[in-house]
Amino acid sequence: MLSIKNLHASIGDKEILKGINLEVKAGEIHAIMGPNGAGKSTLASIIAGNENYEVTEGEISLDGEDLSELAPEERAHKGVFLSFQYPVEIPGVSVTNFIRTAINETRKANKLEEMPANEMLKVIREKSELLEIDRKFLSRSLNEGFSGGEKKRNEIFQMAMLEPKLAILDETDSGLDIDALRIVANGVNKLKSDKNAIIVITHYQRLLDYIVPDFVHVLYNGKIVKSGDASLALELEEKGYDWIKNEQEA
Amino acid sequence: MELKEKLLSSFMAFEEQIDVNSDLHEVRTSAIKNFENKGFPTKKEESWKYTSLNSILKNDFSVFPKNENILEFADLKKYFLHEIDTYKLVFIDGVFSSFLSATTHDGLDICLMSSALNKPKYKMVIDNYFNKIANLDESLTSLNTAFANEGAYINIPKSKVVDKPIEIMYFSTGSEAALLVQPRNLIVVGENSHVQIIERHQSLNESRMESGPGLTNSVTEIFAQKRAIVDYYKIQNDNLEANLIDNTYVSQKQETNVSVNTFSFGGNLTRNNLNFYHFGERIVSNLNGITIIGDKQHVDHYTLVQHSTPNCESHQDYKGIFSDRSTGVFNGKIYVEREAQKTNAFQKSNNILLSDKATINAKPQLEIFADDVKCSHGCTIGQLDETAMFYMQQRGIPKKEAKALLMYAFSNAVIESIKIPELKQRITKIIATRLGVKMGFDL
Repeated sequence: MLSIKNLHASIGDKEILKGINLEVKAGEIHAIMGPNGAGKSTLASIIAGNENYEVTEGEISLDGEDLSELAPEERAHKGVFLSFQYPVEIPGVSVTNFIRTAINETRKANKLEEMPANEMLKVIREKSELLEIDRKFLSRSLNEGFSGGEKKRNEIFQMAMLEPKLAILDETDSGLDIDALRIVANGVNKLKSDKNAIIVITHYQRLLDYIVPDFVHVLYNGKIVKSGDASLALELEEKGYDWIKNEQEA
Repeated sequence: MELKEKLLSSFMAFEEQIDVNSDLHEVRTSAIKNFENKGFPTKKEESWKYTSLNSILKNDFSVFPKNENILEFADLKKYFLHEIDTYKLVFIDGVFSSFLSATTHDGLDICLMSSALNKPKYKMVIDNYFNKIANLDESLTSLNTAFANEGAYINIPKSKVVDKPIEIMYFSTGSEAALLVQPRNLIVVGENSHVQIIERHQSLNESRMESGPGLTNSVTEIFAQKRAIVDYYKIQNDNLEANLIDNTYVSQKQETNVSVNTFSFGGNLTRNNLNFYHFGERIVSNLNGITIIGDKQHVDHYTLVQHSTPNCESHQDYKGIFSDRSTGVFNGKIYVEREAQKTNAFQKSNNILLSDKATINAKPQLEIFADDVKCSHGCTIGQLDETAMFYMQQRGIPKKEAKALLMYAFSNAVIESIKIPELKQRITKIIATRLGVKMGFDL
C-alpha cells in the first residue's frame, strides 16, 4: 500500500531523513520507534504532505501512485490520515462542523454526493460511542480548552469518521492516562481491517501492549537502523535507546 | 472650486433652505467657522498621519442630493435583519425614505433628526443633548454640525427595554456623479433602559464601475443615562467608490454598559473616530472591531477612552485581516485621569497580513495619571498559522476553505460578542462571502 524508497528530506540546510525505505501492506500495523530527534515526526509529516520539508531524493507512493506532487488535502482525499502529536485549536468551529466539512470535502473530491445530515448524525453517534466521547463534547470548539487526552481521543474520533486507508498515529499515547490509552487503543483496533494499514509512531513501548504491531522499526539519525517483530519493542524497552546509539557509533 | 470653498459658500444657501432663524443658527455658524479655520485634516496632523483624504477631496462632490431614488422593499430586503421585527430608519443617498422605514412615537421616539430639530416638542432634548458630547474642535465633526439636518433621532425614556432592534440603514445608489452626505444621529437612552441598534452603510451598486464616488461624513452622539445598556453595531459594507468618515461620541453615566462593535468590510477609505467619555462610576465600555479588507482598501480605527472617574472599565478588541494592497490603522488612546483610580483598561489589536503588500500601522497610546490602575495593551501582526493550515488540509479541507476557517476562528472572539443571533449569522455570512467560500454550515 505505502511504499517509501530512499527518502531524503531536509528543512532549510538541515538534512533530517537520510534514506528511508519502508513497505507497508494492507492489513499491517507498523510501529516506528526511536529516540527524540531521530526524525519520526518528520517522516509522518512528510507522508502527509507538510510543505515545510523538502524532499531532496527518493519517492513515496500509495497504491502505486506517486504522492510527491500532491497537496496535503489531496493526500487526505486519497486516504492518508495523520493523527497529530499537537492537534490545533480552532475557536468558533465545533467538532461536529469541522468533521462534517472534512468528510464532505473528501466526498466531493472523490466525486460523491454530500453525506445526508441524518446519516452524518448516525455515524457521529456510532463513532463517538466507540471512543466513549460525550455528546456535549461534540458541540465544543475544536480542541479549544481540551485536555491532552481529549485532544488525542478527538483525533482518533476523526480517524474513525474519515475511515482512512493509511493512518499514521504520531505519539498518540503522549498525554494519555491509562484509561484513555485503553479507550483509544481499543478504538484503533476496532477500526483496523485487512483493507487498511496503520503506522504507530511512539517513543515508548506502552501503547504497543494495546496495539500490537506486525513490524517494529527503529529510526535513528534519519535512518531505519533495525527492523523486527513486536519483540523488538520489548527489547528496546529493556535495553533503552543507548543500546541503538552505541551500536550505531561502534 | 475646491471642496472647502464650495462647502463654505453652500452653507448660507443651506441655512436659508432650512431656517436661518432656527435656534441652531449659532451652533451651525460657530461650527462652520471652526471648519473654515481648520479645514480638512491632513497627514501633517498626528491623528491623521496614516490616512490621507487628498485624493478623495479632489472629487467635485455635490452637497445636496439631486434626484430622489425610489426603491422597492423587495430589492433591499436582504440587507434588513427582519421584515417586521425591527424598527427601521432608511436613508437613500442621504434622503429619508418614509416608505421603507418603520418609525415610532409609541412610548419612545425613533424618528428623523430633521423633524426633531424643527418641532417644538423635541426642543428640550435637542437643547440638552445635540452637539453636547461631540468634539467642537474637530473640523470634520464641525462640518457635519454646520450641515446637520438628516439622520436618526432616538430617544428612549427611562426603564424601557426596547422590544426590537433598531436598524439605521444608509444605502447609496451611486447614481449621482459624486455625492457628499452628512448624516447626524442622536441617541439618548434613559435610566435603566436597554436598546440594540444596528447602523449599516451599504452600497446597492456592488460593482464600482457603474457607481459615482461618495463621501459620507457621519456624526453620532450617544448618551447613556444611569444603568442604561446600549449595544451598537456598525456594519460598513460599501463598494470601492465609497468613503466613510464616522465620528461617534459616547457619553456614559454611572453603571452604564455601552458596546460599539464595528464591522468594516467595504469602502475605499474608512475612518472610524470612536470616543468614549465617562461621567460616573462603575461604567463599562466595550469597543470591538473586525476589519476584513483587500484590494487597495484602507480602514483606520482611531479610538479614545477617557477614564475620568474611578472604578470603571474599558475593553477594546480589534481584529484585522488585510490582503492585497490594503492598509489598516489602529490607533487606540486610553486616557486615565488622576481621579480615575481602580480603572481597568484593556486594549488588543490582532492583525493578519495575507500579502506582502498589505500594511498595518498599530499604535497604542496610554496616558495614565492615576496610580492604582490596571491597563494593558497588546498588538500582534502575523501571518496565518502554517501548522493550523496543515492540520486542516490534512483532514481534507482545501487550502481556501482552511484559510477561511482559520480567519473565522481568528475573529471569533469578536463575533461571539454579537448579542443578536440573526445579526451574528448575517455577519458570519458576510465574512464567508468576503473570504470567497461557501461553508457547509453557518460558520
